[in-house]
Amino acid sequence: MKDFKNVWICAQAQRGKLSPTAYELLNAGRKLADDLGEKLCAVLLGHDVEKCAKDLFEHGADIVYVCDDPALENYVDDVYAKVLADMVATYKPNKFLLPATNLGRSLSAKAAVFIGTGLTADATEVIINKEDGQLHATRPTFGGNLMATITCAHTRPEMCSLRPMSYEKAPLEAGRTGETVKVAFNSAKHTSLAKFLQFIKSEGDGLDLSEAEVIVAGGRGVGKAEGFALLKKLADRLGGAVAASRAPVDNGWIDYRYQIGLTGRTVKPKLYIACGISGQIQHLAGMSGSDVIVAINKDAQAPIMKVANYAVEGDLYDIIPAMLEALK
Amino acid sequence: MHIVACVKQTPKSDNVKIDPATGCLIRSGAASAMNPFDEYALEEAVMLKEQLGGTVSVITMGPPQAEAVLRDSIARGADKVYQLGDMAFAGSDTWSTSYALSKGIEKINGIEPVDLVICGKQTNDSDTGHIGPQVSAWMKWPNAAFVKKVVSVNEKSITVERLTEDGSEILELPFPCVLSVVKDINSPRVRSVKGRIAAKRAEVTKWTADDVAADKNKLGMKNCPTRVVKSFVPKREVCSANVEGATAKEKAAKLVEILKENKYI
Repeated sequence: MKDFKNVWICAQAQRGKLSPTAYELLNAGRKLADDLGEKLCAVLLGHDVEKCAKDLFEHGADIVYVCDDPALENYVDDVYAKVLADMVATYKPNKFLLPATNLGRSLSAKAAVFIGTGLTADATEVIINKEDGQLHATRPTFGGNLMATITCAHTRPEMCSLRPMSYEKAPLEAGRTGETVKVAFNSAKHTSLAKFLQFIKSEGDGLDLSEAEVIVAGGRGVGKAEGFALLKKLADRLGGAVAASRAPVDNGWIDYRYQIGLTGRTVKPKLYIACGISGQIQHLAGMSGSDVIVAINKDAQAPIMKVANYAVEGDLYDIIPAMLEALK
Repeated sequence: MHIVACVKQTPKSDNVKIDPATGCLIRSGAASAMNPFDEYALEEAVMLKEQLGGTVSVITMGPPQAEAVLRDSIARGADKVYQLGDMAFAGSDTWSTSYALSKGIEKINGIEPVDLVICGKQTNDSDTGHIGPQVSAWMKWPNAAFVKKVVSVNEKSITVERLTEDGSEILELPFPCVLSVVKDINSPRVRSVKGRIAAKRAEVTKWTADDVAADKNKLGMKNCPTRVVKSFVPKREVCSANVEGATAKEKAAKLVEILKENKYI
């Protein structure tokens, strides 16, 4: 196990662009590497992604391992997992953080079996234990009702997927450089029987939730699909995006991709306006990291009203039109 | 077509109670049921069987009482059910659980060749989403996760649409393969009267670790790679202020004023 050195992060780069999670992982990983006195390395897989290395250096990476090949243009589980497993076998990292995005959740799980090591899913905090240098990854379980700290004592690397937006992005250090290591793609070995056919961009006319600074979210209290048009008006006025809790999705009022919460997405906007959302713990798990939370609810006793920084008791169908009026 | 759905018995979502002192799950009186995400996996398996003909087998790993989710699977349209039950499995993490399931599926594959394995997106108790991809890794079969739609299917392959953060992707996977599905994919049916009767009569095949030729050095709390070293109830900070006003208009104006003043908007 002594052979295993350095902290790795997997920099997700789909469709020519680094995922925001890459910067979050660099931030989390930099602290781990400094605490261990080891290097921070980023793994970059894709096609035409080598250009992203500069950005990774400027956000804290010491070494960037790049595997750049047309066969990696799109994400196919087996191909990516086999490449990662080979890289780990060659370079022997000590800790390995991946993003808990859809891609990262699937990739980390498959790679952990190929590598033969333990994986903690969806952690929100990672630290190095001072006594033994082990990675302690803390994550919510039972729908956010319980936090569990998980270790992987006997195998390396200790792998962990990190929940998006649980860490701030690493600060930019312009001009900071590092070492690029090119890793060869092995077309005979890095194969899959699965075939990637097509990417379909989201039809949503709004902003991507993970990048929105303002989110207007609706819950059961919205009452109907058409109600989201009103929320959209407010979101548009504030330059934000619309989202939902579980109930509207289950009722078919809005698509699953807009669901915030434990079984949906995690967001961390500057302003989160929860409209007609009761605030079940599963929902809170997806948005409690927001800078400022506003709750609009008919029920003053709803759990969301106690989590919100500003609680407005009232019917969203009265409050939102009045807000739009006041914003004119 | 032979489809295997993987299911787990978990505490009902709305019934999770944690002892704040010990941080442990209060199991007494907590109702258990099929992990809600697995209902979509089983429903998709049954729908594919209805379309193409064939068999739906269901496998679970768990203590003796987990037999209930297998009988429930019969009521929901499954044909054959298998339970992996052995003290050697107890306390397994996802790495070990997926290994055990893959050994069970291997054995089922020996009885009747398996074309497709379907798992739920994640469980509602550990929320990892690891099992589908990890079962596929052990089986060395291709997989796709976050599958929201079956685009087309024939005797040789299945074409699926999976969800990404920025849209969706279409993949074609030859059989045998493994899918993990999200709830967009279908609306699970209610159990039929006929199904409920069949559930009571169904034969549950029970296998130990030895029965499926699983390597015990890869199983259970002692041998699995990860371990829970601490658990605690999360603290929530509260600093709530009520936005007061006599009418909706007053409250809304006050809120907008606060948001502007603090430069939140």
